[in-house]
Amino acid sequence: MSDKIATRQAYGETLAKLGATHPEIVVLDGDLSGSTMTKLFAKAYPERFFNMGIAEQNLYGTAAGLALSGKTVFASTFAMFASGRAYEIVRNSIAYTGANVKICATHAGLTVGEDGGSHQCIEDIALMRVIPGMTVVSPADAVSARVLTEKIAELKGPVYFRLGRSAVPVLYPDDATFEIGKAVELRPGNDGAIIATGVMVAEAVAAADRLKEEGLQLRVLDMHTIKPLDEKAILKAASETGGIVTVEEHSVIGGLGGAVAELVVRKQPVPMAMIGVNDVFGQSGKPSELLVAHGLTADHIMEAARRLKQK
Amino acid sequence: MVDLDFLKQKANAIRLNSIKAVYLAGSGHPGGALSAIDILTVLYFYKMNIDPKRPDLPERDRFVLSKGHATPGLYATLAERGYFPKEELKTFRKLGSSLQGHPDMQRLPGVEMSTGSLGQGFSASVGMALAARLDKRPTHIYTMIGDGEMQEGLVWEAAMAAAHYNLGNLTVIVDWNGLQIDGTNDEVMRIIPVEEKFKSFGWQTELIDGHDMAAIVAALDRAAAAENTPCAIIAKTVKGKGVSYMENNYAWHGKAPDETLARQAVTDLGGRWDE
Repeated sequence: MSDKIATRQAYGETLAKLGATHPEIVVLDGDLSGSTMTKLFAKAYPERFFNMGIAEQNLYGTAAGLALSGKTVFASTFAMFASGRAYEIVRNSIAYTGANVKICATHAGLTVGEDGGSHQCIEDIALMRVIPGMTVVSPADAVSARVLTEKIAELKGPVYFRLGRSAVPVLYPDDATFEIGKAVELRPGNDGAIIATGVMVAEAVAAADRLKEEGLQLRVLDMHTIKPLDEKAILKAASETGGIVTVEEHSVIGGLGGAVAELVVRKQPVPMAMIGVNDVFGQSGKPSELLVAHGLTADHIMEAARRLKQK
Repeated sequence: MVDLDFLKQKANAIRLNSIKAVYLAGSGHPGGALSAIDILTVLYFYKMNIDPKRPDLPERDRFVLSKGHATPGLYATLAERGYFPKEELKTFRKLGSSLQGHPDMQRLPGVEMSTGSLGQGFSASVGMALAARLDKRPTHIYTMIGDGEMQEGLVWEAAMAAAHYNLGNLTVIVDWNGLQIDGTNDEVMRIIPVEEKFKSFGWQTELIDGHDMAAIVAALDRAAAAENTPCAIIAKTVKGKGVSYMENNYAWHGKAPDETLARQAVTDLGGRWDE
């Protein structure tokens, strides 16, 4: 389990496999199929793949029309363009109509790396989860990305699927199972809870393992589905552990931290710390350097958890 | 033979019901509905393969009102064609109605796409045309856009894609009444030359009088016969067509007449107020 694989790689491979059993799947891309990995589907099923060029608004508008004609549409580009440039088309043509479109957005977050702040989307979870009827899923590793790709193919209606560029550790055994809307408890503990999503789950696990050596047992939840939120798991963690640290490769405004806070403040108030990008844009650098520079490492999580425990 | 008199009578009845619906709602977009109604009438009463009793039939043709604000025209046409009782037109724009200010496909069977945010109906039509071809269905997609709508970049993204994918099963009708909310197209943001723009994107084009029933019939017949090329029908129309004080007056883009003016409109259209 020490291999590192990008979640976009697992997505692309799974999508190509699904093509065999799901003739209703149609895939669209916006001139980035080699990066989003939809090229694997395109190679296997060229008649069901449409490259829409560098025109993301029409990419998602066309996706809506195909879906409203009975297709299951996987439409990919970078997170910045899917959630940003095409936002209002996603809102009105896809979500408002309930179209069965899977917006599979890669290169989310800071770990895009050297391309810099213009391409590091740290607002997409906030933008997507505020849309009525939108399911938002953010897998942590290759195994969960594979299984959740299969799950969203079966789910009727719009889904935002958040994927990363960089290779990340594999956290789960091959036969792990996942349910949309149900968090996974990766580590047990009652000295606080770390609720993480996406590629930050690996850092959360590392933090918990090191804190255990200091005598603190932190519960770790992989919140792969941000909407609908697993309220039961969060409220249980709040009441049993007394404090929550949220961790995401996203702005601290409106993302996982916001979603968890909205819930606990109403139903089970506990002290919280939010680890994410602190209302600034990203910048060029190696992914690992960026995580350090913006305070998104196991060290930062440990520090936040210790402080929370002292409260 | 096409019964042009029958089409003209239907168009007039639809105009009357559109005006009454906007008057009863106290708001809405009469100008751009009246300019579109002759084309809507030919589509729904002559051209399209549709069955109001079975609005979900996969092989049906589809009409997408990309200029979604023209709902008074669309709803009055759907009611006239039998998709729902005309009585329901009285609920237009009211709380809980299926007849939303802009079309909502989740609320009203017969509406093929929720539109209103301009450019998006056209873009969705590209997807519908691709799906029909993948499924080898005889479906033809007819999409109406406004002239001001052509200022949206998305329109040209969609036009480029439709030509690239040789979508002969897609016809776009431009309701070119020359006016938009703030004034004439020429004043607000010049869109001419319209026909040449579509031609340069690889489309077959037709330039017609959008109130000449015979011309609309002939242009739609030619467009539907095209095999590998999308067709744009540029229809020169009159905003507010049929109502004396609304014709060519952009002030009537988005407001309702009071009772006096509504009665005047009904008289202009040769109808009766109490019908």
